[in-house]
Amino acid sequence: MVQVHLWSGLRPLVDGREVVEVEGETVGQLLDNLVKDYPGLKPAIDKGVSISVDGQIIPKSRGVKVKDSSEVFLLQRLYAG
Amino acid sequence: MALDGPKQDFKYIGTRPDRPDGWDKVTGKARFGADFSMPGMLHGAILRSPHAHAKIIKIDATKALALKGVKAVVTRADFPEGLEGEDWNIQENVMAGEKALYDGHAVAAVAATSQLIARDALKLIEVEYEVLPHVTDVDKAMAEDAPVIREGAADYSVPEGMHPNVVRYMESGRGDLEKGFAEADLVIEESFTTEAAHQGYIEPHACVANLGADGKGDLWCCTQGHWFVRQMCTAVLGLEATQLRVTPSEIGGGFGGKTTVFIDPVALALSRKAGRPVKLVMSRSEVLRATGPTASASMDIKMGMTKEGKITAASGTFRMQGGAFPGAPVDVTTMLAFANYDIEHVHHVGYDVMTNRPKQAAYRAPGAPMGAFATESVLDELCRGLGLDPIETRLKNAVKEGTPATFGPKFPPVGLIETLEEARAHPNYSVKLGPNQGRGVASGYWMNWGGETSASVAIGDDGSVQVSIGTVDIGGSRASMALMAAEAFGIPYENVRVSIADTGSLGINEPTHGSRATFASGLAIIEASREATRKLCQRAADKWGIDADAVTWEDGCAKPSGPNAGEFDPLTIAEIAAEMGSTGGPISGHHESTPDGFGGSFGTHVVDVEVDPETGRTTILRYLVVQDAGKAIHPAYVEGQFQGGAVQGIGWTLNEEYIYGEDGRLQNPIFLDYRVPVASDLPMIDTVIVEVPNPGHPYGVRGVGETGITPPLPAIANAVRDAIGVRMKKLPLTPPRVLAAIKARD
Repeated sequence: MVQVHLWSGLRPLVDGREVVEVEGETVGQLLDNLVKDYPGLKPAIDKGVSISVDGQIIPKSRGVKVKDSSEVFLLQRLYAG
Repeated sequence: MALDGPKQDFKYIGTRPDRPDGWDKVTGKARFGADFSMPGMLHGAILRSPHAHAKIIKIDATKALALKGVKAVVTRADFPEGLEGEDWNIQENVMAGEKALYDGHAVAAVAATSQLIARDALKLIEVEYEVLPHVTDVDKAMAEDAPVIREGAADYSVPEGMHPNVVRYMESGRGDLEKGFAEADLVIEESFTTEAAHQGYIEPHACVANLGADGKGDLWCCTQGHWFVRQMCTAVLGLEATQLRVTPSEIGGGFGGKTTVFIDPVALALSRKAGRPVKLVMSRSEVLRATGPTASASMDIKMGMTKEGKITAASGTFRMQGGAFPGAPVDVTTMLAFANYDIEHVHHVGYDVMTNRPKQAAYRAPGAPMGAFATESVLDELCRGLGLDPIETRLKNAVKEGTPATFGPKFPPVGLIETLEEARAHPNYSVKLGPNQGRGVASGYWMNWGGETSASVAIGDDGSVQVSIGTVDIGGSRASMALMAAEAFGIPYENVRVSIADTGSLGINEPTHGSRATFASGLAIIEASREATRKLCQRAADKWGIDADAVTWEDGCAKPSGPNAGEFDPLTIAEIAAEMGSTGGPISGHHESTPDGFGGSFGTHVVDVEVDPETGRTTILRYLVVQDAGKAIHPAYVEGQFQGGAVQGIGWTLNEEYIYGEDGRLQNPIFLDYRVPVASDLPMIDTVIVEVPNPGHPYGVRGVGETGITPPLPAIANAVRDAIGVRMKKLPLTPPRVLAAIKARD
């Protein structure tokens, strides 16, 4: 299971949890399983989020590999300027 | 793609050759957006709302259509219905539907045989409005009695009970603020505002559109991203994406403001209706009234610090208006506001608020400068209150590899500490100041970007190399791309030509935005070049009758990789290219990806100012930019980006602002009244390039375009504070405002 850290605005959607655990070997699988296991996150993920894996911000690549030991944060959807 | 190695010996990278487009630009040969024409072309003009907020009751174009020379009039009725989300927002912005939402909002457009006729025809279009109450200030737009711009625009994130003009809400942070502030020896809480500023690109938006009734068309335009233009135009007009080919012109500045569309779909709609090509060129006042300035902001900041200079806690509330549509960059503001520092207890709250202003667009590090202005100003006050040196204090708190960012993840290798150390060591930091003079320091960050990218290289039959990229060259990137190709092939810079391909010639490319072009297109060119050199090695191997694995590419030649490979004279790229038609056909390389290895860039600025106590005018005496480039491919153009960011920041801090009257109309829509800095306002901007390699790029490249505008706002405000002894909390620091502060002080 991968621990996914949530920004504080998302925590009310998952009963106040700061970190949730989901299965997944890629960013795409993590996002899909977050929606499946925590339906409260669906509006936020559908709207668009970014994710960071071991310090690297991943704006949209779903295929990036994730390990159980990876540091993973959900971030507001980021865009270029 | 990982860094090739910690220490690399470059032959071409890091040199300063002339830019390939320079000659055309200084002799007037370069073709910008308005320079393009077609046979039979019509000229377009757009009728714009004089009201900040009004219901459109009726549009009657009968008289305009009767004018000789008028070939078409379009209104919103000529655009498809049923769009959703951002597609609808763009359509609504380029042509108003039921309501005009801001002063300058397009309501109709004309195509005629001359621009004069088109403008005359605009006067004949009768529009009946019902004027509605308006609001242009972010704080007022959140008030209970504020007029509602549009019901139902808020997304899931907005808690119940907020005004409908609040369309996004965000909260992030960690730790225990109460505990953190209790640990501080000094806590300061202040509120700040910034006004909207425009990118101020010198070239107004311009395009020529040619769209047939069959839905096939071409568009030539000045843009930072022609695939974005294609996507937006085809969505807004209901066309199939690949049936529209978009070709970018040379671009006279963009700074983020040309990553979206304003006139292009209108020109296409006019062309489709008239059956002829249509040219549309914005005037300066149209650019200021109806394109996308950045957001304005209202912010509350609280920070605590120990007497030794350690930040114990920080919190910020950021209210930002992005015009009459969702999209103010408050997510980035909240993310980056405290990102320079290692802070255990931190909290951010952000509001995206709609007002009756034009739809904001990206502007160089969108969202970051406003937050930096507020947080770095409070940090400066903490240093003053505790008698601490601003650079030493920043060094004490600076993030480095492994520090948990205030937005969550741990930082990869970054160069903030290096920029602070270089700033401290620079002679500017020890110049003795005179009366009415002050010094300010600030740091800033931008995370940079990867984005969808596609590039090709093709070998000419003389061994020269043609590079095709999809990122528009705004700041000299053709030179940087040519240097990277030259390095990868081992051939002279002059033997590489770089072209910006149209949307029909490459896969999708995101715009030149997010400081991504040198990183992402450069990475693609290096990969494409390596693919091509593998093919060149294969041709040599075939000729020598050995295995391709026994051939290596070095200094523009294929060579046997070792004594066991056999003894053969090296084959140059020109020799292999001369025979390629008979040895297997053309040789090219291609690469496409959405690279994720982008690395953020920190910068530190030191500025000295003198404030005239009689007039309140601020003069920049000295300005130093120190920034981490990762690897400077072409140092002169890296320095140019540093200087450009500083200059735009100087303008935003001292003069530039959108001024709206009580009637909701923009009061200063020309450059005489919207005052951008000119050369005579400025000293030479000193620069120092720091190079902490980005581990996610073969040559270590980060991006450098945007970080440079983040520190100037607080650095200059801190310098003015040093000079006059008063903290200015509202930008810009115009002479009347500074003078009023001096008088209030005395």
